[in-house]
Amino acid sequence: MGLKEKLHNIKEQNKDKKWLPAFSAIHTFLYTPNETTHSGGHVRAADDLKRTMNMVVLALVPCLIFGMFNTGYQHYAAIGEAVDFLSWDAFLIGLIKILPLVIVSYVVGLGVEFIFAIIKGHEVEEGYLVTGMLVPLIVPVDIPLWMLSVAVIFGVVIGKEVFGGTGMNILNPALTIRAFLFFAYPTWMSGDKVWVHGADPRVQNLIEGAKPDAISGETVLGALAQGKELAYSVSDMFFGFIPGSVGETSTLLILLAGLFLIFTKIGSWRIMLSAVIGALVMGLIFNSVVSTGWITESSKFYTLMSTEFWHHLIIGGFAFGVVFMATDPVTASQTNKGKWIYGFLIGFISIMIRVFNPAYPEGVMLAILLMNVFAPTIDHYVVQGNVKKRMKRLKAKVA
Amino acid sequence: MGLLSKKDAKLITDPLADNNPITIQVLGICSALAITAELKASIVMALSVMAVLAIGNVVISLMRNIIPSKIRIIVQLVVVAALVIIVDQVLKAYAYELSKTLSVFVGLIITNCIIMGRFEAFALANGPWRSFLDGIGNSAGYGLILIIVGFFRELLGSGTLLGYKVFGDPIEQTGLYAYGYENNGFMLLSPMALIVVGIIIWVQRSRNESLIEEN
Repeated sequence: MGLKEKLHNIKEQNKDKKWLPAFSAIHTFLYTPNETTHSGGHVRAADDLKRTMNMVVLALVPCLIFGMFNTGYQHYAAIGEAVDFLSWDAFLIGLIKILPLVIVSYVVGLGVEFIFAIIKGHEVEEGYLVTGMLVPLIVPVDIPLWMLSVAVIFGVVIGKEVFGGTGMNILNPALTIRAFLFFAYPTWMSGDKVWVHGADPRVQNLIEGAKPDAISGETVLGALAQGKELAYSVSDMFFGFIPGSVGETSTLLILLAGLFLIFTKIGSWRIMLSAVIGALVMGLIFNSVVSTGWITESSKFYTLMSTEFWHHLIIGGFAFGVVFMATDPVTASQTNKGKWIYGFLIGFISIMIRVFNPAYPEGVMLAILLMNVFAPTIDHYVVQGNVKKRMKRLKAKVA
Repeated sequence: MGLLSKKDAKLITDPLADNNPITIQVLGICSALAITAELKASIVMALSVMAVLAIGNVVISLMRNIIPSKIRIIVQLVVVAALVIIVDQVLKAYAYELSKTLSVFVGLIITNCIIMGRFEAFALANGPWRSFLDGIGNSAGYGLILIIVGFFRELLGSGTLLGYKVFGDPIEQTGLYAYGYENNGFMLLSPMALIVVGIIIWVQRSRNESLIEEN
């Protein structure tokens, strides 16, 4: 008797037990359950929710590994010891710092899901698989683990479970978690000290031999918001050798992951493309404001406005947000026309927030959350528009 | 209760739980979000509303037979406005700092829907004693939620209760702060008050399922 049958038998024997949902979650995670249809005239696709989720997690793995290397690399660069990017030294630092983030995110998040599944008596849904991987990638590396746990509990309960669980949420849970951290503990989520491991005086006493003053690690956006010169080359920004949240620095890997998601038809290319167009349009508007001379160098918006429009795509979390979060099938617009509008506005608004509100350098988080709220409205008008068009056509035919 | 008949006692106990003005009727949300960042402000607000609503209910109830129904809203507004001004002046005289914290929200008690709601729904149709009890009951129900929200927001947001440092000193790093605890700044923002009210509603309705609306 194989493991699969054994699991199935245990499930049959414990049908009326309270903790069954928790158990069957493990069962369905490993195997397709026996309860699914095996014969008859049904259309069956290989990619159920679980497979879809696993594909996204797969696409995130390169970003995670790159994040580990980059964490160590930035740390050593900041304390003035040069190491190669692809070195064990760099990787080990990253591994030690990031693995706990991943574990905490999954244990806490799945814990909440299990508790809710048992209370409500439904099956555990796979929704947290992707969120759990996204969360460690969008936080600064030195974030205390208890803060992450609090945020994950908040995000899963208030962001998802109160609306009815996976598939019913209005806001993207990963971004809800990040937004919670951002507003609850701003000193750990923004500023020029939190992005490089060991740069923050609050964690320095934990590291041997760190020279407190030698370390600084601003993100590119943070530096620009303060009107400083760009300290990194375009290729550094594109390949991701810059400080930032754990997994969002490498635009190249995100681009590859985006292509992978488009190729496997999991991510919507309409949303990704229109978001990029939206960001470029807003960037061009700002650039032309600068070039027509409407704004002078004394303005506090000057540096960010005069940033070349396409630089916005490779700095900050824009690429990561657009590829992995804006395309979340639950919270995005469902109609094709709606996806174009939704994506465009995400790009447009996120660059606007970046430039006009330097206190919130990461506009893409707020832009996606805002558009998540409006996605059903967009869909409503797209559908109504379609209804109207067809009614007109029908009337013309009848008359 | 010996003092009150069963029917009268219900006027006070009902709004505390199953007919709470905030969590069930969803009235008076604005002020519940705006002034609950500190427990002290919540308590003072609750007492102010209690004074205005209890006295106002009695006044309206006494005048209920002589108010022409066409202009009753104006009359009600005059009564509330007069009472609110008295409360505001008292606060300014005896608790100036607090009245600064509460700022316009004392004045805005005039627009608190609970007050007009009780005048319209209860005081215009009942005697002064019952109206008084109804006023006390409803404002207590309102105050209860305010105090619960204020308690959690001040405790988690600032780490204090009525100004007393519960978790230790964040600047000198004593108490819990020595172990890396930090105050949750989100708690001090209004959206979190809405979420806390939402959680109270959630808890209340899952304990008493008859409160869940059909749709």
